[in-house]
Amino acid sequence: MAVVEEGAPAPAQRGTVVRAQELTRRYGEGATAVEALRGVSLDVGAGELVAVMGPSGSGKSTLMHILAGLDKPTTGTVEIAGQEITTLDDRALTLLRRKHIGFVFQFFNLLPMLTAEENVLLPLSISGQRPERRFFDELLERTGLGDRRTHRPSELSGGQQQRVAIARSLVTRPTILFADEPTGNLDSKTGGEILELLRESVDAYGQTTVMVTHEARAAAIADRVLFIGDGLIVRELREATPQQVLDVMAGLDS
Amino acid sequence: MIGVALKGLLGRKLRACLTAVAIVLGIAMVSGTYVLTDTIKAGFSGLFTTVYQSADAVVSGKSAIGGGDENGPGLAPSFQESLLGQVRSLPDVADAGGNVAYPTLLVGRNGKVMASGGGGLGFGLDPKRADDALNPLKLVSGSWPKAGNQIAIDVATSDKKDFSVGDTIGAVASGAAHRYTITGIVKLGDASIGGTTIAVFDLATGQKIFHKQGKLDTIYVKAKSGVAPAKLLDEVRGILPQTAQVRSAAAQAKHDTDNTSTFTSIIQDFLLAFGGIALFVGSFVIANTLSITIAQRTREFATLRTLGATRRQVLRSVILEALLIGFLASVVGLFAGLGLAKLLNQLFVAFGIDLPKASTVFATRTIVVSLVVGTLVTLLASLRPAIRATRVEPIAAVREGALLPPSRLARFGLPFALVTSAFAIALLLFGGLDGSASTKQRLIAIGGGVLILFFSVALLAPRVVRPLARVLGTPGARLGGPAGRLARQNAMRAPARTAATASALMIGLALVTVVAVLAAGLKNRFESSVHALFQADYALTSQNGFIPTGIGSAKALVGVPGVQVVSSVRAGQAKLFGKRIGITGTDAEMPKVISIDWVPGSTHAPPFVSKDFAKKHSLHVGSPLTLQVPSGETLHVTIRGIIDPPKGGSPFSDVTIPNSVFDGAYANPTNLYSFVKVDGGATPANTARLDAALRTFPDAKIQTESEFEKNQEKGITILLNLLYVLLSLSIIVSLFGIVNTLVLTVFERTRELGMLRAVGMSRRQVRNMIRHESVVTALIGAALGIPIGIGLGALVGHAIEYPAFTIPWGTIVVFVIAAVVAGLLAAIFPARRAGRLNVLEALQYE
Repeated sequence: MAVVEEGAPAPAQRGTVVRAQELTRRYGEGATAVEALRGVSLDVGAGELVAVMGPSGSGKSTLMHILAGLDKPTTGTVEIAGQEITTLDDRALTLLRRKHIGFVFQFFNLLPMLTAEENVLLPLSISGQRPERRFFDELLERTGLGDRRTHRPSELSGGQQQRVAIARSLVTRPTILFADEPTGNLDSKTGGEILELLRESVDAYGQTTVMVTHEARAAAIADRVLFIGDGLIVRELREATPQQVLDVMAGLDS
Repeated sequence: MIGVALKGLLGRKLRACLTAVAIVLGIAMVSGTYVLTDTIKAGFSGLFTTVYQSADAVVSGKSAIGGGDENGPGLAPSFQESLLGQVRSLPDVADAGGNVAYPTLLVGRNGKVMASGGGGLGFGLDPKRADDALNPLKLVSGSWPKAGNQIAIDVATSDKKDFSVGDTIGAVASGAAHRYTITGIVKLGDASIGGTTIAVFDLATGQKIFHKQGKLDTIYVKAKSGVAPAKLLDEVRGILPQTAQVRSAAAQAKHDTDNTSTFTSIIQDFLLAFGGIALFVGSFVIANTLSITIAQRTREFATLRTLGATRRQVLRSVILEALLIGFLASVVGLFAGLGLAKLLNQLFVAFGIDLPKASTVFATRTIVVSLVVGTLVTLLASLRPAIRATRVEPIAAVREGALLPPSRLARFGLPFALVTSAFAIALLLFGGLDGSASTKQRLIAIGGGVLILFFSVALLAPRVVRPLARVLGTPGARLGGPAGRLARQNAMRAPARTAATASALMIGLALVTVVAVLAAGLKNRFESSVHALFQADYALTSQNGFIPTGIGSAKALVGVPGVQVVSSVRAGQAKLFGKRIGITGTDAEMPKVISIDWVPGSTHAPPFVSKDFAKKHSLHVGSPLTLQVPSGETLHVTIRGIIDPPKGGSPFSDVTIPNSVFDGAYANPTNLYSFVKVDGGATPANTARLDAALRTFPDAKIQTESEFEKNQEKGITILLNLLYVLLSLSIIVSLFGIVNTLVLTVFERTRELGMLRAVGMSRRQVRNMIRHESVVTALIGAALGIPIGIGLGALVGHAIEYPAFTIPWGTIVVFVIAAVVAGLLAAIFPARRAGRLNVLEALQYE
């Protein structure tokens, strides 16, 4: 574990896949305008699991939305796999998502009428690709869905649904996976299992991942934890324990 | 992605079915109409083909003034009987047979004519020749009538009314009724001939009671073998008088079929119009239902976008879904049409129109049109919701309670709605008020204007929903307690949705209101016209009041004690100024029973013409008038009077000639009306005396002024009821629209309903809340539709130059009550669903 100086971007280790520079985001106009981000820069290296933490309203979700191309910054740039994305049109963004981005959501966002297997395959079928059978089978085994392939979301527990969502996000082997409060809608035991799965996918596939969370336990699986407060990165920890994370958070809240 | 759309459809079966119902009903009407009218056409065609199947050529009467050459009274003249012998002796003719014909009604055991629709056919034929193959009438049992007191009747009447050989039955043709002994049961062709009855007499009897002594109406000709058809026709043509014509049997069958298909085509267009209205309403329902489901699937579309789906893919999946729903609904509607055809036929029979039918005809055209139209309407209705679905941003996937973004066109909504309204109103005003355009142009302008008006009102409706709901929801809010108050709020919280739902109902209600307003105007006008005209004590008409009847009945009243005046109006056709028109005949006593508005300088007696006709052809008192009648005769009369006919319906045509001239020119003159003046006026005793005098004329009916009025209005009432029944289809479609909206709303508010239950709302209150919301929606539909209907009724009335504008308040109150009942009916299923929600599950519903 090492504590890095606040605000200083981490040196790119195994090649940078996400690079954000001086991001600001303002909502609204004039007196009622809200500054959600006030100048955030960060790099995410290949194979790195980065957790973004912060109290609600800190701007952590806004940061993730902008990194993932769901929202546009007021100023600043985002590069994914070397491509500047803040100026892309809808069409180019769609192609970017197909090729480079995976999502895991708090509320799973599975399609209720599709089976687990069909949900997992959905990103491929959208882009008109065929799954690599061996990889696909292995992915389902690894995510623990081997015997749940033909079940529909309504027949699965919350944890199982999130496993389907993770498998779905991994099936295209995206350059970067964004997880938005992946344990936010799960009980603590199931949440723990999901965190293990995420960590495993980083270790097994070298899956670069950015996870937004407000749970110290979740942040503790990350290689690096970025703490956001009031629209700025205020601290950064490497391989922190839950207790260290909690301590930092307590400091932020006060 | 195609799989996603298909699976999505399967996953939302209820919603898909709800969407489909709107199209199923409209398409069932389209397909049912085609099936019914095709079947009727096939019935006629089969009938005429079998009628002429043994003949090679057919000789029939030929009207000198063109037009119909059926054996209708005053249309095709008969020819001399001797022609049959001449035809038989032609070198290439193997055989020929003929008959005389006239509309003949059979009289039931109750002494009333059997005229359940379709009327009756009467034939006179030579019994010795009756078994020839050439005779289209075939004996089923018994023997052919040979004497003056004998008759043969058709199988259907024999079966239905239980008359058999040996029984006596009354029959009335062009004169008094007589009783005859049934000697045989016959059939004409193999197809059913609907409600038409058949009476067969021997030739002499037929000629006598049809007033066609020594005449025939049809000759069936068989050629010697090996004779070319053209040669036969030429040969026959060579000996024909001017008032007869010959056709090959096939041409004659086609000609007769074509004559009837004009009628079936009118029925077809008439019914298709109602199918079209139902589909128009259905497209509103579909657009609204899809908009709601798509709004509810915002998160799903956003997720697809985050997974890399393009806008185009989202659009395609929604459209594919709509196409499938549309296609499947059309298939269901297509087959439902088979059932509906039977129902429509029942409806027509109930309204007194019974037509021949063959076995059900399910034409390729029916299938193609139904499937294409149904799918296309659904597709068009889905375009706007589908485009809105593509507006969903991927970020909606991570936002809770994300709303569908407003359409890019939303900010042009108000100007667009105002422009279309203005356009619609301009079209309507042009149609309603511009007197220089033709009636057809004006009605087309009004028709187009109405469609655009409905569309633009639907666009504007979201802006008036809140105030309307506030007012219309007040009774519910007062009476319904918290459920009623919440219902009113609920109706107001998604104005676009409530507006779209109510607009579908608005269309149906506006149309029934138009019909009601026009009918009220028509009746009102007619009544005041009768009051103004009627100076007699009694009127004499046929039983149904509008088919002309033989002149014998009026003559029978002349000798009755106390009768002062019997004056009749005859009806026929003639050619004047190169055009075939209906003319009337009357006598100099008419002014004593009908008050006629004479233009100064007129002698108060026929021949007279109407003011407009006189103006158009520059006629005045003293002008000579030349008329050509069907027999080929030319009449020369001198105009003695010009009348200003009342607007509400005049008993006279543009041209009226003296009955003495009329009776000389038409072989079988018929009366449209007769009017009678009696000592002491209309009293029960006088009525009884006149009835007694008419005992042998069961097809005639004596009526007092008010009875006459009611009888004449019966036609309007029947048409009115038929229109109501047919328009109810589009109202049913809009009811399904309310059901859809409510069911989808209950889905959407599951969590909220759970919360309400959790804080103490009873199941009953939940159900009441849904019911109230439904009623408020229905009342908004009524509040929009009924005023539009009244306005349109006034305009259409003006366009068809029937300016007796009357608001039928009673009927409108009934419509409002009907709207409330409709709202309650539509709420049954959604309210039950809402009431059944499990509180715990509802609270956890996501």
